[in-house]
Amino acid sequence: MKTQNNQYVDFVVTARKYKTLLTNKYINRPVWSRRLPGEIMSALPGTLIRTLVKEGQQVEEGELVMILEAMKMENRILAPVSGIVKKIYIKEGDKISKNHLLIKIEPK
Amino acid sequence: MTELNKNIQTLREKKAVAEMGGGEAAIEKQVAMGKLTARERILSLLDANSFHEYDMFVKHDGRDFGMDKKDFPGDGVVTGTGTIFGAPVCIYAQDFTVAGGSLGLQHARKITKIMDHALKMKCPIIGINDSGGARIQEGVQALAGYGEIFYRNTIASGVIPQISLILGPCAGGAVYSPALTDFVFVVENISKMFITGPNVIKTVLGEDISMEDLGGARVHAEVTGNAHFYARSEQECFEQIKRLVSFIPWNNTERSKSITPKEPCARLNIEEVVPADPRQPYDVRDVIRCIVDTSDFLEVQELWAANIVVGFGRMHGETVGFVANQPMVLAGVLDCDSSDKAARFIRFCDSFNIPIITLEDMPGYLPGVDQEHAGVIRHGAKVLYAYSEATVPKITVILRKAYGGGYIAMNSRHLGADFMFAWPSAEIAVMGPEGAANIIFRKEIIEAEDEDAMRQEKVKEYIEKFANPFVAASKGFIDSVIEPKETRALLLHALELSVLKEEFRPAKKHGLPPF
Repeated sequence: MKTQNNQYVDFVVTARKYKTLLTNKYINRPVWSRRLPGEIMSALPGTLIRTLVKEGQQVEEGELVMILEAMKMENRILAPVSGIVKKIYIKEGDKISKNHLLIKIEPK
Repeated sequence: MTELNKNIQTLREKKAVAEMGGGEAAIEKQVAMGKLTARERILSLLDANSFHEYDMFVKHDGRDFGMDKKDFPGDGVVTGTGTIFGAPVCIYAQDFTVAGGSLGLQHARKITKIMDHALKMKCPIIGINDSGGARIQEGVQALAGYGEIFYRNTIASGVIPQISLILGPCAGGAVYSPALTDFVFVVENISKMFITGPNVIKTVLGEDISMEDLGGARVHAEVTGNAHFYARSEQECFEQIKRLVSFIPWNNTERSKSITPKEPCARLNIEEVVPADPRQPYDVRDVIRCIVDTSDFLEVQELWAANIVVGFGRMHGETVGFVANQPMVLAGVLDCDSSDKAARFIRFCDSFNIPIITLEDMPGYLPGVDQEHAGVIRHGAKVLYAYSEATVPKITVILRKAYGGGYIAMNSRHLGADFMFAWPSAEIAVMGPEGAANIIFRKEIIEAEDEDAMRQEKVKEYIEKFANPFVAASKGFIDSVIEPKETRALLLHALELSVLKEEFRPAKKHGLPPF
């Protein structure tokens, strides 16, 4: 529940500093980062069964780029934008978790 | 031997077989896992000699995969009635020694029968979960069984108190019965709760996680909030349940049983518990202990969302629910978890005729992208909904800070509080002085030669003008500004005055709380 050393720390809420303990959940909260439109993240945990494009290849918006087997289904992953495949982060057969970066497409 | 005696003899033999559950070897295995058997658990929980068992001779329905040749005593669940401190309860305990406590249709029907009984007799239902899950050999019949239990959990919700103990595995669909009940109890090293187990996670994701790390007692008590009470042993868990049962009524038409009134006994001075500086922390439970009879406070969900404290105490022998911001943790902010925790507790109190006392000292909602994206709007709204909806006596004491949306949410007059008290240290304002001064005096601060000095001056000005309870009192939003040492006496007065409180709402099928 508390910080391990149970030390009061400064904690700011609307410009005012309070002395308080932090929870582990707060300390380990997910950190937000900006995602580029060409970065495809896995929406489900699963296994990559096919990659249909290569790095450097031109793809069109809506083009099938990968097939991810997840939840007993073959999920088709489509290019969200037209552009060049910049990098592919996983290879066929890899098991990945949710929100894993799969592929980066540099938009035209 | 007479015919009657022969019959009695047969009955005794049959009972003896049923009472052995899965037999000696299985019982030994159960003990080796550090667990009590289903019957031992029931007997430990109920008043001595009060347990009456039902459906001891029920036989299972499995016909396939050779199941027809197998005998499962009691079909893996012990059900019946008894009392706790004289209060009638219906109870069931899954018996892991019989086919791993697996749930088939007859097993489920025993449970739904005792649930129906509890609902008809209007007494609490207690379920002890210790099961490997659905009995696969029975196929869809097992699923039907679960569904019939969940349906009854829902129908009984808000009518009779429902208590779940997780004393073994409780995985897959089975977790939804406890999740639908009012209070879930877990025990260190024994409770395991998850939708998909470590094996599936390993197969699908290749991630290695132990049962304990995935869905052990600590995880549910501290991280998920699925559990309400955490114990180190089964015995401690039973004591917690007995204590809880002593605080709550038998059903929604009753009040909790009152006990002999006693003064608080904490060796604490209420005037010294709360630091004058609103930025300094303290344990709000010490304030509660200064207020309640014998300083006896039963905290619910102690380890989860500790930035808000909820639980039961007694005032002049009568049960009261407390909701209090905890300045010691995350400065007492409202966030997604603490909102869920408070809202659910308020709704329990309202369902079961338990007056609510709110102790307020909070700087607002927790800022952050993670909170916004986790839906703090939707979660925070639950607190507003729960307080507004509640018709039980609602009393608020503002100890120090009551800023912004938090002031409104924490049972303000505007949401229908019956009594609003504030200590002289209360600061009721739209936001903290620093934030407010930065906005109101933005121009003066920017144009000043020494920005910091000007800011300090304006903060001070704002504090003098608004960081007090008298502006709100001048509008009638606060009924009275009271001295800390008068708190208990005035709360007792308010509760006494509210005994016959009636408040009506327009007829509706049900509301739509922002789940």
